[in-house]
Amino acid sequence: MESLYLLIPLSIVLVFVIGLIFWWSVRSGQFDDLEGPGYRVVSDDDDPPTEDGPARHPKAKP
Amino acid sequence: MSQSLPQNSPAPEHDCYHCGLPIPAGVDLSVDVDGARHQMCCTGCQAVAESIVSSGLIDYYRRRDAMPEQAREAMPDELKDLGLFDHPDFQQGFVKPVGEHEREAALILEGITCAACIWLNEQHVAHQPGVTAIDINYATRRARVRWDERRIKLSDILAAIQAIGYRAYPYDAARSEQISQRERRSALWRLFVAGFGMMQVMMYAFPAYIAEDGDITADIESLMRWASLILTAPVVLYSAAPFFSHAWRDVRLHRLGMDVPVALGIGAAFVASCWATFIGHGEVYFDSVTMFVFFLLCGRYVEMLARQKAVRGVEELGKALPAFAERLAAWPGPDGEKVPVSQLLAGDVIRVKPGEALPADGVVVEGESDANEALLTGESRPVPKRPGSAVTGGSVNIGSPLCVRVTRTGEHTRLAAIRQLMERASAEKPRVVQQADRFAAYFIVALLVLAAVTAAWWYWHDPDRALWVFVSVLVVSCPCALSLATPVALTVATDALARMGVLVTRGHAIEALARADHFVFDKTGTLTYGEMRVEQLRLLGAIDEARVRQLAAGLEQGSEHAIAAALRPGGGDAPLPAFAGLAATTGQGVAGVLDGTPYRIGRPAFVAELVGTPVPDVLLDDERSGRTVIALASSAGWLAGFALSDGLREDCPAAFESLRGKGIELSIFSGDTPSTVEALAARLGVQHALGGMTPEGKHAALIALQKGDAVIAMVGDGVNDAPVLAQAQVSVAMGGGTDLARNQADIVLLSGRLGSLAEGVTLSRRALTIIRQNLWWSFAYNFTAVPLAMSGLVTPWMAGIGMSASSLLVVLNALRLQRKRPR
Repeated sequence: MESLYLLIPLSIVLVFVIGLIFWWSVRSGQFDDLEGPGYRVVSDDDDPPTEDGPARHPKAKP
Repeated sequence: MSQSLPQNSPAPEHDCYHCGLPIPAGVDLSVDVDGARHQMCCTGCQAVAESIVSSGLIDYYRRRDAMPEQAREAMPDELKDLGLFDHPDFQQGFVKPVGEHEREAALILEGITCAACIWLNEQHVAHQPGVTAIDINYATRRARVRWDERRIKLSDILAAIQAIGYRAYPYDAARSEQISQRERRSALWRLFVAGFGMMQVMMYAFPAYIAEDGDITADIESLMRWASLILTAPVVLYSAAPFFSHAWRDVRLHRLGMDVPVALGIGAAFVASCWATFIGHGEVYFDSVTMFVFFLLCGRYVEMLARQKAVRGVEELGKALPAFAERLAAWPGPDGEKVPVSQLLAGDVIRVKPGEALPADGVVVEGESDANEALLTGESRPVPKRPGSAVTGGSVNIGSPLCVRVTRTGEHTRLAAIRQLMERASAEKPRVVQQADRFAAYFIVALLVLAAVTAAWWYWHDPDRALWVFVSVLVVSCPCALSLATPVALTVATDALARMGVLVTRGHAIEALARADHFVFDKTGTLTYGEMRVEQLRLLGAIDEARVRQLAAGLEQGSEHAIAAALRPGGGDAPLPAFAGLAATTGQGVAGVLDGTPYRIGRPAFVAELVGTPVPDVLLDDERSGRTVIALASSAGWLAGFALSDGLREDCPAAFESLRGKGIELSIFSGDTPSTVEALAARLGVQHALGGMTPEGKHAALIALQKGDAVIAMVGDGVNDAPVLAQAQVSVAMGGGTDLARNQADIVLLSGRLGSLAEGVTLSRRALTIIRQNLWWSFAYNFTAVPLAMSGLVTPWMAGIGMSASSLLVVLNALRLQRKRPR
């Protein structure tokens, strides 16, 4: 039972840490476009090279 | 679904490889894609396909799962106009500098039909030398592009996008998209805080529910309560903050909305739980509070997403007016200069080329042409314009160049007036008052009185238990079930409707749709496709049908008129007859000479002048039936008559039948000519059809109907429908309609199928039934639980379970809406 004195406060700290991580991911726009990344995985550049070599695909930062 | 490359297909292709439209006979264009020749339907598609192939992006054809729009050939003029986007004055609002030479702009992309389109655009733009980054959002169809201004210009980027068959416009992202993005992010964040708080608090609460007396020592229990308190605080203070601020607003305005009992319930349960935690005695309800907040926020989040999706066209609104105008400073001298429309003043003379939209209201001073005013009036046929005619901003010049003296600009134009009318109507819109809110107002007053009386009674008889009985009464009757009853059912119904292609953008729309007993339809673009088609061909002379069609196409080949566009494709494979001396008379027709014989095509009266005999009766009959009749004749005699009409949507009669079967009255309000409207109404069996209406007229007619207690649903698509859409209890816009209409509507028919509207009515009626069941259940629950709580028989934890169970039942009942009912 004594371990609870440590574990319960620890769980609270963890919740806040996870909250912070989520806050960061919302702010950095990871939830703005939920469809795109799924398509980009299948349609990136692992196809036969085109005439001007492997396509570069820079991404804009928000 | 996905299209694979049909390699070495032996059969000749009948449809354009690029856009999927049938290839007109006589067109022989092809492009070499991945080693195989593929047929194209027009030079526009050919140019786009070649551009895609030469950029090494043929993967597009392998990946796409929807056909793109038919590519339009970019006019050299259009490309030159793009150069204006490089003008520093114009760029001020749209382009923001990043670093010394880097620039960033937000673009609206048009013509995107599937994920492969986005891939294609990203790849193609990223390959342009000087472009440093591009990012396209799949959901919003907006692009953000960055470039090095020393190496590439914005106009080059726009031209590159045009080369692969899409259109891009810069827009001011700071104005609307960023606002909605901020709203979206903060709502998501509130939802997450509530959801995560709920899960964790439930974990602390669970041991207390299952433990026997004495299993948990008092100090551990107290520790878990403090932990719950710490995690519930952000949920109540942050996630639930909108409920409190809305409730406060309601109280200040002296009304009792649903947010008042919600805020009171959350507040009372939270404060009581905090108090119990501080004094170390009594019951806590942190788990119920967090769960309640989470469920409510879920509903609001879904509603917000649907709303944002529908109003995404806001920035495109301004596009009804062009960005630049050609001002003739030295009129009647011919020299013009391009100026931003915002710099135009009344009195300026401008030149409007064919195909361009008029930037302001004015009077024609030179030139003869036709203007398409369908956007403003719903009239599907072009209106002839001569010197002295008034022209309206937003209408499109389709004949020949016009010089126009500007009379009104900006906020004083007719387009702006329509917009203002719409805004006012929107504010005055008769709302269908939500049942739950109405009941809840009385209910909450009664409840507060009861709770106070109970507290007073117990304080008198047993002061120790008074607080807890008071809290029990508040908690057990916490209007969770009552306040969830409506929104949960509406959320589930919104979702089910969206899957049918019916997008609900405002919460009250489902209830109003279910109650609507009178549907009013616009004609052009709503019941019809909004473009002219040849419906019937009558041969009047000795020449056969194919030859007649060829002659018609030959005469009309130079015209941009909507009627010409309907006649031209009839030309067939053979080269068109080479007419000499083609001359168009505005609003009348075209004359030409072939092999020494003069020919005319156009209005029967105009053609009769050439023939010298009266117009044949069959043509007059056709005209009386409400169709546009175009006659063809040579000096030797009448050859043929074409009856044109705006094609009715195929599913329209079935949809009308189905709506009528539900006991709904149907009307048609249209800006088109009365005879056309009557003909259509007769065909659809609609009694009440009015034609020739102005936007103001429609608005007034709708108010007259509303006086008769009808709950009216208005279905429309154009700018001219916007005011009347705003006035109706529930408004439905076609997905392909103008942005102004879409923006204004409570419901958007994304699929453009009228049939889905009838299905939507069925579903919304079921939703209303479920809402009623939910309300009955929650009232029944409250009426049994409250007396028990008042008599002190219900301990607060029992109250908590009762509250959760009743809410859960309401949610499960609402989920039944998702099930498809067998038909």
